[in-house]
Amino acid sequence: MSDLESKYADKMNLLVFEPLKLERSWTLATYRSIGGYDVWERLLREKPERGTIIDQVKASGLRGRGGAGFPTGTKWSFMPRNSPVQKYLVCNSDESEPGTCHDRDILRYNPHAVIEGLAIAGYATNSTVAYNYIRGEFLGEPVPRFEAALAEAYAAGLLGKNVQGSGIDFDLHTFVGAGAYICGEETGLLESLEGKPGKPRNKPPFPANFGVFGAPTTVNNTLSFASVPTILRKGPAWFVGLGPPNSAGTMIYSVSGHVAKPRNIELPLGIPFADLLALCGGVRGGRKLKAVIPGGVSVPVVPGETMLKTNMDYDSVKAAGSALGTGAAIVMDESTCMVRVLERVSRFYMMESCGQCTPCREGTGWMNRMLKRVLAGQSSRTELGLLLDVANHIEGHTICAFGDASAWPVQSFLKHYRHEFEYMIDHGGRSLVTDGLGAQAA
Amino acid sequence: MSERSSVGVGGTQMVSKLSLLAEATQQEIDHWVAKFPPGRQRSASLAALRAAQEQNQGYLTADLMDAVAEYLKLPPVQVYEVARFYSMFETHPCGRHHVSICTNISCMLNGGEELLTHAQRKLGIRANQSTPDGRIFLKEEQECLAACTGAPMMMVDHVFHEHLTPEKLDAILDELK
Repeated sequence: MSDLESKYADKMNLLVFEPLKLERSWTLATYRSIGGYDVWERLLREKPERGTIIDQVKASGLRGRGGAGFPTGTKWSFMPRNSPVQKYLVCNSDESEPGTCHDRDILRYNPHAVIEGLAIAGYATNSTVAYNYIRGEFLGEPVPRFEAALAEAYAAGLLGKNVQGSGIDFDLHTFVGAGAYICGEETGLLESLEGKPGKPRNKPPFPANFGVFGAPTTVNNTLSFASVPTILRKGPAWFVGLGPPNSAGTMIYSVSGHVAKPRNIELPLGIPFADLLALCGGVRGGRKLKAVIPGGVSVPVVPGETMLKTNMDYDSVKAAGSALGTGAAIVMDESTCMVRVLERVSRFYMMESCGQCTPCREGTGWMNRMLKRVLAGQSSRTELGLLLDVANHIEGHTICAFGDASAWPVQSFLKHYRHEFEYMIDHGGRSLVTDGLGAQAA
Repeated sequence: MSERSSVGVGGTQMVSKLSLLAEATQQEIDHWVAKFPPGRQRSASLAALRAAQEQNQGYLTADLMDAVAEYLKLPPVQVYEVARFYSMFETHPCGRHHVSICTNISCMLNGGEELLTHAQRKLGIRANQSTPDGRIFLKEEQECLAACTGAPMMMVDHVFHEHLTPEKLDAILDELK
């Protein structure tokens, strides 16, 4: 074990990945062996005032792990929990932010944490029916794992009507999507759950008032729900103490790209990015770090030297000009052509735009085609200004945050790597990176 | 959902297409409809289309979509628009096995695009085409499938294959019947 691994040995896998060291971590027996469902059974037994659970989640400082980082307890408090109408919970397992792959591992390796988290949230918000919206591409392994865990929980009398004679009902259903990034946006997801194309809704009204089937609904990310049982078992103060101010607790970082050992790793928020990178074996082939997209492809790119001085928490990554997002760090080494990367990223937004807002539907296509012209050596320096202009006209002019997410990569790549785009334009489509490396090799 | 209607939208008489849905498909749809409140069977449209597509070896026909609409008592257009919106539905004839090679950022950085090129050469088709023997449908360049730490990766039908090399890819494709 390296010094760095020893340093983090007792900080790793403290929360949602806690059972991963055990045999068959996804089974009910394993989950119960670490205290799983203790909190849920205590709630069923003692029936504390619902607001006290929300207060504890607020006190823990848990922020939504789906990307936006909104405080989870506050979100729960928006639910009209004393109103007699049917209320719903929805778990967002539509994981599809490029670079992000930890929800898949939660569903495969600790599905009971998601189930217990949903049950607790159901009690806190007085919602008796929940859906876990899982992306369609997870049909092979995560969906059956989650369904098997659900069946175990029902068979053990942990879910259903009048659970353990408490008078409390809680039913949880699996829903399976069919391939659309936009369904990760919470109102797009609700439309999809109603069997429609996943086109995001105008807000207000917010889901807490008008969600699925027009009923009050809370949508949280998989990791957010899965974090709740351990937070309540070990106490909000314990969770707060794990991370720096404003960034309580842990994150499952997905580290991918040009790293020697790409992996999902659960560690406290606020650890230095340099340590995270080293724990993943460093940059592949001993190459130099060029750039990092620190929170899934929808956040701005950060130059490597800045990232090496940045800690992985909400405030620090923001100060570095980006966002923690989903905690997915995409690592690029010095051999990376930033024009090629941005062209591919822009294609993603063009393909996944739902099409209902004109700036996004048209703009994402324009951006992709302009970047293709740069690669083909058909562009001009004035077109770069036009490209930025298109991005600026999408940002802030769409129903949902997808438009912003499509603009930020263009803006940030041009801010930090404009010289690569200009070189390619001036040299008929040749890449500065390939030319530069060739010169070095010679 | 057993009540059969032969009256189309607007009251025009039309031939029922319900018989196109296999018994197993109908049972699968019923299983999903039961998850939602009464009158909210539209929520089952994604699952119903998935079942219908599976029954038909990987793609939907207009008749099958009509049958799903009829079964769920929805205007056909509501089913068509779902089939067109989501990338896992195919509305044109295609090969039996759906192969999706991810070329999004983490896979691209690890050779995903080269892998796609390799597969196209090997199969003699371009993305979004099927092999003439109907064995393999190579889906359009795929967006992120959330297995980034296993890049480069691909999905064959619903199974993920990670840490691919051209040799591994060849072996997997060769095994598809």
